[in-house]
Amino acid sequence: MSLSTPIARVRGLGAAREGVEHFKWVRITAIGNVALALWFVWSMVSLSGADHAALTAWLGGTVNATLMVLLVVSTFAHAKMGCQVIIEDYVHHIGMKVASLTVLNLAVYAFATAAVVAILKVALSG
Amino acid sequence: MVEIALPANSRVTKGKHFPAPAGAKNVKTFKIYRYDPDTGDNPRLDTFEIDMDDCGPMVLDALIKIKSEVDTTLTFRRSCREGICGSCSMNIGGTNTLACTCAVEDVAGKDVAVYPLPHMNVVKDLVVDLTHFWAQYESIKPWLRAESPKPTKERTQSVDDREKLDGLYECILCACCSTACPSYWWNGDKYLGPAVLLQAYRWIADTRDESTGERLDDLEDPFRLYRCHTIMNCTDTCPKGLNPAKAIAEIKQLMVERTL
Repeated sequence: MSLSTPIARVRGLGAAREGVEHFKWVRITAIGNVALALWFVWSMVSLSGADHAALTAWLGGTVNATLMVLLVVSTFAHAKMGCQVIIEDYVHHIGMKVASLTVLNLAVYAFATAAVVAILKVALSG
Repeated sequence: MVEIALPANSRVTKGKHFPAPAGAKNVKTFKIYRYDPDTGDNPRLDTFEIDMDDCGPMVLDALIKIKSEVDTTLTFRRSCREGICGSCSMNIGGTNTLACTCAVEDVAGKDVAVYPLPHMNVVKDLVVDLTHFWAQYESIKPWLRAESPKPTKERTQSVDDREKLDGLYECILCACCSTACPSYWWNGDKYLGPAVLLQAYRWIADTRDESTGERLDDLEDPFRLYRCHTIMNCTDTCPKGLNPAKAIAEIKQLMVERTL
């Protein structure tokens, strides 16, 4: 049991002086996701029934490939920030928290990179 | 990890039953949480049947009647009995509120369930330990901080600027909002909670205060401020009709504004 005073416990290590960038980017990526998801759904609907060649040709377009990469990056970034908040909310054991956040970051960067590479591979193959 | 189940010694057991006096016609049943740390027993839920024809209309009236006439060991805080001191905050009918301004007839459900404020350490019965809550309030330096020379009279403020404090200065620090907030339940050790953040904004919004930047610096933290997920329980439950969630949103907006 700690004998430090209540105010000392509250002040702790002081304010981390961060959080505003996270707050901003969650909202920026949310807005981006809405716009990009609408574009993606609209594109898939208009491509319904298209064959493999038509789809690869579609993804070979500079604008489409760029928007696809943006969709993947924005979605993974948003998901990473959201999962980070959930871990911070509910995982209180410091070791478990650091491990969870590390796994989350590595997984997100790995999957996002794989998705971008896949898009570029198709886009640049034509 | 987050606590899903209560520890074994916290499970509430069935308590004593105090029947209504003979001949009582307008009977209301109160189920009240009881816990005495000196006995080592688990908490229990006592049932009191009260003749409302011989009792005031508010829940606090009933609690005082019980303490005076039925069971003198019932422990709770109260002082002003008019919603200005914040002492009698407790969970009534599933909602955090003030017992003195809560009419018995307005309580949801057939019986009146009375529990201490949620997720707080219980000192006894309906009295919770607010030591940490008060330390958090102290940490935001809830006083006017100005370096300008002291004026000969009061520090002046325009009518418009004074109006910015409406909806903030009325907070009585009853802790109903903070103890209704899931984020405060899970991370109350570091998250300041809605009551303290509303108070922090009360000084940020005060145009006579000259420490806005320092106040924002002290709040810019993933836990102190950003554990607020706009759940809005605070605003729903505030017995004074205030909007702590809006005050927190204003702080977040200022945090962004100073980066632009």
